[in-house]
Amino acid sequence: MDFALSEEQRMLQDSISGYLESGCPLTRVREVAEEREDRADDIWNELTNLGVHGVLVDEDYGGVGLGRLEASLIAEALGNAVAPVPYVASSIMAPTALAAAGSDEQKEAWLPRIAGGEVVVGVGVSEQIGRRETEGVSSTDGKLNGKAMFVLDGGSADVLIIASDDGAMHLVEPNGPGITRNKLKTIDRTRTVAEVVLDGAAGDVLPGSVGDREPLLTTIDVGRVILAADTLGAAQSMLDKSVDYAKERRQFNRVIGSFQAVKHMCAEMAAELEPCRSLVWYTAHAYSAIPEEGRLMACHAKAHLAEVGKFVARKSTEVHGGMGITDLLGLHYWFKRIGFNRQLLGAPELVREEAARVQEWV
Amino acid sequence: MDLEYSPEYRAFRDEVRTFLDENKHRAPNAARMIPGRPNSPKEWQQLLIEHGYAARTIPKEYGGYGAEPDILKTRIIAEEFARARVPTGHSGDNRLVPTVLELGTEEQKQWLVPPSVRGEMTWCQGYSEPGSGSDLASLSTKAELDGDEWVINGQKIWTSGAQNADMMFCLVRTEPDAPKHNGISYLVFSMDTPGIEVRPLVSMMGDAFFNEVFFTDVRVPKDQIIGKRGEGWFVANTTLRYERGGLGDPNEAENRLNRIVDMMKRETVSGERLIDNPIYRDRLLKLQGQILAMKFNGMRVLSHNIKGEEPGMARWIVKLNGCELNHQMAGLAIDVLGELGLLYDGSDYLRDGGFWQARYMLDLGLIIGGGTAQIQKNMIGERALGLPKEPKVEAA
Repeated sequence: MDFALSEEQRMLQDSISGYLESGCPLTRVREVAEEREDRADDIWNELTNLGVHGVLVDEDYGGVGLGRLEASLIAEALGNAVAPVPYVASSIMAPTALAAAGSDEQKEAWLPRIAGGEVVVGVGVSEQIGRRETEGVSSTDGKLNGKAMFVLDGGSADVLIIASDDGAMHLVEPNGPGITRNKLKTIDRTRTVAEVVLDGAAGDVLPGSVGDREPLLTTIDVGRVILAADTLGAAQSMLDKSVDYAKERRQFNRVIGSFQAVKHMCAEMAAELEPCRSLVWYTAHAYSAIPEEGRLMACHAKAHLAEVGKFVARKSTEVHGGMGITDLLGLHYWFKRIGFNRQLLGAPELVREEAARVQEWV
Repeated sequence: MDLEYSPEYRAFRDEVRTFLDENKHRAPNAARMIPGRPNSPKEWQQLLIEHGYAARTIPKEYGGYGAEPDILKTRIIAEEFARARVPTGHSGDNRLVPTVLELGTEEQKQWLVPPSVRGEMTWCQGYSEPGSGSDLASLSTKAELDGDEWVINGQKIWTSGAQNADMMFCLVRTEPDAPKHNGISYLVFSMDTPGIEVRPLVSMMGDAFFNEVFFTDVRVPKDQIIGKRGEGWFVANTTLRYERGGLGDPNEAENRLNRIVDMMKRETVSGERLIDNPIYRDRLLKLQGQILAMKFNGMRVLSHNIKGEEPGMARWIVKLNGCELNHQMAGLAIDVLGELGLLYDGSDYLRDGGFWQARYMLDLGLIIGGGTAQIQKNMIGERALGLPKEPKVEAA
């Protein structure tokens, strides 16, 4: 028993963070955001070389076959750098869905290409958590009808995995007949979401998800843990920036960090955020090691990080004073990233309700 | 990360569970207990030590169970006691005993630790003074050496349990000319020593949990000092560190949350279970998320400690967050009980023996005691985040 990262896990963290420090500066994030690009190709390619897209893919399929804790450590580093690349859906949820429910042919067709960074996979499961602006997605005789909203990483994805209301998941060609894809503009320009209208579109169902909601629920759980980890990294960055700023900025002939009003905002951010690290580690680890706790912990990690992230995003902006709300400073990229993570795959109130059901309180 | 339970630990968990099943009926009521303090009955404490569930890692020669530190066994004990809603035992006094074991002489260890662990020597802490609260190092109760004895004069306040304690560990100024942090010594003495007067200070709870303690020419043998002359501030910080750990025990917090869950499933308002009210339920779930995060933070701190590593930020936040969460939990329990939450003093219809009403007030006191929340935030800001101190103001 040792509640700590292993040497290998720390090295993984260092290698991803080390690369992003030089490879993903704010200037690069800004270029991608201002040009409304779907992703930064240079960063994507280097992450491919580092094995990021294959983190959960078995070695048999060309991945590195690590666990969810490693996947969440990567997410934390990506959130810390607000890296404009698909990850949560394409590199994590899609391989999870394929591994849990895909046929051998489907796995062979897609997992090596995911791990090799050759394809981006969008994942549309929002309707199975809460429907907004859609009546859902139906599946009849291999044909899909309806509308999938907020398809994650769906902007220019090469292939989509869409969940239908019966819990089955389907591989869908986004440019095939009967499909209209429309990118949605969100506050966060570092990730993409799309609406996908399905009008008799052909779907290649993941056979293990037919008549069994478990693969879908697992896919959502893992996505939630990754969004929580992304928020952890983004919020830590906002805290670090606040502390640095409070040590430099002078008013009344003192650095502002010597005023308790400012110091206490920083301390409150740290006090809220620090336990989140352990919650994310435990959750990511427990999902494989203590499976009976996995779903409850995924709900709590998602909801709690959403709350703490919101708190840190607000306080950090305040510590920076007027500069905090400028485009020039760029702090808003982290603010918006945290906001995005909060609403996707279930806002905290909805996810806590799930936690109540998981515990059979209601 | 390795949270695996090997067969040895699974067997240990079974053993703890069996013990609790068989002995739960002998456990004391936890309503007004501060976790880790020796206010549980001596028989219960003795039973726990015999089985290695209290004073577990205190060496046998000092009255403990003498087990090697084992993070997982510690966790299993805490978890199983929490699950059974049974208060844990203590390790003598969680402020004094670790301090004596770390900094005391062999003679002092033999004298002080075994009876403390048995619950036969109870302690109160003489730190705060009327003029020295958050600025504790400005304390002015003085001790002067007269032959082989210290002669103490002055006053302490907020001394919890002074009326019942056998002994006091006390900070006194022995070097009046030294800078304030370097002029303090740490003395231990019997509360029966002539010249000590204890006056109860009635709290908002209606009981005299706290006291004022007055010293008039109190004579204490010269060797009843822990550490060296003038090093009392360092010794006291050792003690405060242990107390802060104890005040935010996340397993105790989980224990309380489970009690609220049970109560919300059991109690109704207008025929609806409290847990079926979505707003009550959401407050409960929010707290559950926070408590889980603190529980895992505690496991992380413990893992660092066992390996002799400095836990850093994870340690600094424990007192601040733990005490706040306890207070919020008591607040939730009272709110969901509504009018029933107002009942007190053994009234008809009182729920849980008045536990939540007592805790709501006591836990607010604990947010203030042992270093206020604001002092905690200063320490997090200055020591953990490296922010500068407030500029010094010259003494008037």
